[in-house]
Amino acid sequence: MTASDTSAASLEHLREHGFALLERMILIRQFESRVQALYAEQEMRTPVHLCIGQEAVPSAVCSCLRDADHIFSSHRCHGHYMAKGGDLNRLAAELYCRSEGCSGGKGGSMHIVDVERGVCGTTAIVGGSVPIALGAGLASSLRRDGGVSVAFFGDGASEEGTFHESLNIAALKTLPVIFVQENNLYATSSHVRNRQAYDGGASLARGYGMPACRIDGNDAVAVHQAALEAVARARRGEGPSFIECLTYRWMDHVGAGDGLEKGYRSREEWDDWVRRCPVKALEERIVEAGVADSGQIAAVYERVNGRVDEAFAFGKASPWPGAMTLSENV
Amino acid sequence: MPWTRMLADGYANGALPGADSTQRMLTYSQALREAQAMAMAADPNVIVMGEGVDDPGGIFGSTLGLHTEFGPDRCFDLPIAENASTGMALGAAVAGLRPIYVHMRMDFMLMGMDQLVNHVAKWRYMTNGAQKAPLVIRALIGRGWGSAAQHSQSLQGMFMQVPGLKIVMPVTPMDAKGLLLSAIADDGPVLCVEHRWLYSRQGHTPEEMYFVPLGKGAVLRPGRDVTICALSQMVCEALAAAEELAAEGIEAEVLDMRSVKPLDEDLLLESVSRTGRLVVADTGNVMAGWSAEVAALVHEKAFDQLRGPVQRIGLPDIPTPASCVLEDAFYPGKEDIKAGVHRLLARDMAPNRKTGGIHG
Repeated sequence: MTASDTSAASLEHLREHGFALLERMILIRQFESRVQALYAEQEMRTPVHLCIGQEAVPSAVCSCLRDADHIFSSHRCHGHYMAKGGDLNRLAAELYCRSEGCSGGKGGSMHIVDVERGVCGTTAIVGGSVPIALGAGLASSLRRDGGVSVAFFGDGASEEGTFHESLNIAALKTLPVIFVQENNLYATSSHVRNRQAYDGGASLARGYGMPACRIDGNDAVAVHQAALEAVARARRGEGPSFIECLTYRWMDHVGAGDGLEKGYRSREEWDDWVRRCPVKALEERIVEAGVADSGQIAAVYERVNGRVDEAFAFGKASPWPGAMTLSENV
Repeated sequence: MPWTRMLADGYANGALPGADSTQRMLTYSQALREAQAMAMAADPNVIVMGEGVDDPGGIFGSTLGLHTEFGPDRCFDLPIAENASTGMALGAAVAGLRPIYVHMRMDFMLMGMDQLVNHVAKWRYMTNGAQKAPLVIRALIGRGWGSAAQHSQSLQGMFMQVPGLKIVMPVTPMDAKGLLLSAIADDGPVLCVEHRWLYSRQGHTPEEMYFVPLGKGAVLRPGRDVTICALSQMVCEALAAAEELAAEGIEAEVLDMRSVKPLDEDLLLESVSRTGRLVVADTGNVMAGWSAEVAALVHEKAFDQLRGPVQRIGLPDIPTPASCVLEDAFYPGKEDIKAGVHRLLARDMAPNRKTGGIHG
């Protein structure tokens, strides 16, 4: 395939999927930005790990999935939940730790769930989501229901033992699992080059005998193409795939600031990644390709902002959990 | 003959209470296998996984032939990857399966502590019950033949610290089957700790499917003078001790607690309220272990009924040694239990001290 063929395929892909992808990305961006804006009120009393800047990966991967497919995520999980279609009101309510939150106020920002949409739960232990996703894949494999299980995790996860154990098991047992590594370069404030002797998770995944690629995680179309291929392979019963997505979080590891004052990353680096905003990039491509005009995109923002307003109003108004619920569902 | 069988078979001479040769008898390992086979036949979601579950020994007979009976999709070997395998069992449970994950040695479970403690035990609570974690982890413990520090640990006390985990330690074949079936049927994670020395013991085991409730102990021998509350293989030691104490005119009540957690408080407190004396016998460490929890509970809730301090029989705060001479010094048995009873009787105090004392 020549470069022009590739770009032609990409253009076709953009025309077919671009607008729907953009809608998901705008939802995540606007919701997370609202968390950021409201966090200083100190009414969301739970540590938030925002994914602003990383919206392309969850949107592109989850748009290849069905409700019945299972996803497992990490502490930076809001985007995955929303991209998979998780209930927005209940997510906001969980951030306020209220009774109508998706986890009844027991999970908080790092433990969110929407069973109907296949959001099976999220873990705040690095690498924790990876083996759990194997199990849902195992269940689909046993039942031959064509289901796919996705593990979302960050760059730090490939330093954990579970990562290696899990890739081996998934390949050995030909499980319908897709490993999606969001390599945003930092684990809290440690740069990946200070932590990894290898060059990214995809380089390791190949050693476990599965197709693996490293792609621009801010290019929603590229991620979508890779995910479609991986999902199709899994549904055909051909086993796991690995997608490493290079991306960047605009916010600090945790909280509503950008953390630039801490000095672990430079303003120049940050500016460079913000210029490569995945949402703006897709908007520009969509307008350029004539898929939609700026008025249609503005209408998406308006609609999404309305949904976000509603979700946060719901969350704030939701009653606190009764103290009696403390000992329920242990 | 493998050494583990030699030891276990040698220990298996004494029949368990309730054993009667006219009834249907199974060994402990056969009873475990039967429970799993029945659950697998009744529910296609039940699977058995673990290192060696499909090998010729079949985990000392307890999984023997399940892979041929139910197919390699439902009973399968695993890589030496306990942490990911524990996580996989959780994910499978979340997706509707009922996995049984077997560890040939409880020591190997420690490799899966992150998934077990951080994930399995908490998944249901973190999702407020939206997701359940119906999985069973079977873990074998044992002692002797120089197994030493890393092939002998009895870690139930450590796992008691983790909210969200239930723990059972069946002693009789009847309970092995009935408790394992209850564990499989339970919607939360259950840890089933099985002592290798019990594996060859025979006992009456009904043929049908039945459930021994989690969190309920049993009185194996009634008595009025002292309560001996024990777990796992120490129940056998307690029964032997009680037999010898009877010859001295001391009537000991032996409780097989069966479940480490939930603990059958009612059974324990009722017995202590009658006897006023308690000896706790555990296969695990005394330090911050199950016996410590039982002793604290009884002091909190039945202090006025006690005629003396709770006696704890368990392992010293020392790793397991290999030499048989050191093993003999390390492991407690019926003599230690008897000594505990004698200590209590020797320093007998009147119960119900709240009516006496310096202000009385």
